[in-house]
Amino acid sequence: MELTTQLIIYGVLMGLVFALIALGLSLIFGVMNIVNFAHGEFLMVGMYIAYLLSTFLHLDPLLSLPIAAMAGYLLGIMSYHLLIHQILRGPMVAQLFGTFGLMLFLRYLAMYIFTPDVRSIKQGLLVGKTLSLGWVTLDLSKSVSAALCMISFGIVYWMIYKTKLGRALRATSIDSEAAQYMGIDTKKMNALAWGIGGATVSLAGSLLAHFYYVTPTVGMLFTLIAFAIVALGGFGSISGAFVAGIIIGLIMVISGHFLSELKFTFVYIVYFLVVVFRPRGLFGW
Amino acid sequence: MLRVDRIRVLYEGIPALHEVSLEVKKGELVAVVGANGAGKSTSLKAIVGTVKPASGMIEFEQKDITRFTTPEIVRLGIVYIPEARHIFGPLTVEENLLLGAFTSNSEKEVKEHLDYVYQLFPILKERRKQRGETLSGGEQQMLAIGRGLMTRPKLLMFDEPSLGLMPKLVSELFKTISLLKEEGFTILLVEQNVREALEIADRGYILQTGRTIHTGTGKELLESEMVRKAFLGL
Ligand SMILES: Nc1ncnc2c1ncn2[C@@H]1O[C@H](COP(=O)(O)OP(=O)(O)O)[C@@H](O)[C@H]1O
Ligand SMILES: [Mg+2]
Repeated sequence: MELTTQLIIYGVLMGLVFALIALGLSLIFGVMNIVNFAHGEFLMVGMYIAYLLSTFLHLDPLLSLPIAAMAGYLLGIMSYHLLIHQILRGPMVAQLFGTFGLMLFLRYLAMYIFTPDVRSIKQGLLVGKTLSLGWVTLDLSKSVSAALCMISFGIVYWMIYKTKLGRALRATSIDSEAAQYMGIDTKKMNALAWGIGGATVSLAGSLLAHFYYVTPTVGMLFTLIAFAIVALGGFGSISGAFVAGIIIGLIMVISGHFLSELKFTFVYIVYFLVVVFRPRGLFGW
Repeated sequence: MLRVDRIRVLYEGIPALHEVSLEVKKGELVAVVGANGAGKSTSLKAIVGTVKPASGMIEFEQKDITRFTTPEIVRLGIVYIPEARHIFGPLTVEENLLLGAFTSNSEKEVKEHLDYVYQLFPILKERRKQRGETLSGGEQQMLAIGRGLMTRPKLLMFDEPSLGLMPKLVSELFKTISLLKEEGFTILLVEQNVREALEIADRGYILQTGRTIHTGTGKELLESEMVRKAFLGL
């Protein structure tokens, strides 16, 4: 019983982190119909930022959050202006390989700078602490990370659904031609989607680094997870990403506990089933 | 107010407009008529800046706006109500209207204009919380027009607003457009419903394969041999 409770709680906690990771992928797809294969590498950037600041500057990894978010935002905006906007005119395949190339570029750049060594954060306010709730004891860093991810998700949700800027972003994603006629600078909206996408996933990375090892190839796993979440939640759906994030979190934690090596297989099976039986996902279209 | 001077527009090297010139004065209702593919939509898109002329000039209130971006042009007070309406289907009626006011920075003005649109089209007020895509064709056209009115533009450009409407709604639509003119809006109206458009227009232009080939008052054009033969089947 206690084990079940604990697994469910961890599943939800991980799910909240996953939801924030997947948010940007879904947003970018929703606004531009482009799949960002480098999404996990944006996450990796946030993880290394937390790692570097903690290891070399002895900053608490929590303080790296705004820095990681800022760096992710700039990375997203730059990727859009320097790469995505340029390849937009090309054929579909060029767009696909465009973000694929960005993924390889960032990954091997990290490999070059940091070597393939596995690294982890050793010190920090939350690192290695536990949180006792009477009948269950939880890892403090996971709990706080999940809470901060949920808050960040909420802020982005509010921005998209309750502000004028968000309305313009949604209009662009629905019909970018009509959005132009409204006087909306759709190029700016595209860049904003990349900026928010980069900021949220990099922020999630800096939180993830509290309890997950960092390597130059860490992005791939999380790109896979984010794809599964976006497919399950519905491509482009923000609330879908939230619900699906928690579902995938539960599946990973529970299957991981019993069949640890197979947990990514389970994620892939979910992805496969969704694509076959409900290609629009839970909340899509 | 608006002067389009011999613009030429290419799509991937192929000319869609060879030489289009037209003029709209303050308070006028000017109609542009022509067959499918003549270049009517392209002319309006060039004015609103989503396509750029290869040569020629567009002037608005004595300012050369040929190289302005669309957001800049909309801010100057030119609004394009596109062919096929292009409403934002998944968004509510009110969200659609508010998007029409995207370039407006005064909340008070937005509120006033929203009230004006709701008074002009009460059905939109009733349905303000509904998703745009749940409206009927006629209501969607009202929404597209209402959205275009949300900044009280100086120049309102309609692109075949009657397209796909039932005949009864078409005459209502032309009444609405005349009403807007009476309220002081300057209007550039593109239509294939040649008779109705020229009947309410002060002046008109005939567009043929990318060229403005003829102009006159609405009445003159309706009575001209060319229009009677080419468009009215007389
Ligand atoms: N996006 C486009 N790409 C290529 N050709 C186009 C495009 N839009 C319009 N055209 C061509 O330009 C010409 C004028 O089109 P358009 O302005 O839409 O005419 P109208 O509105 O009078 O029916 C047509 O020959 C049409 O096929
Ligand atoms: Mg047309």
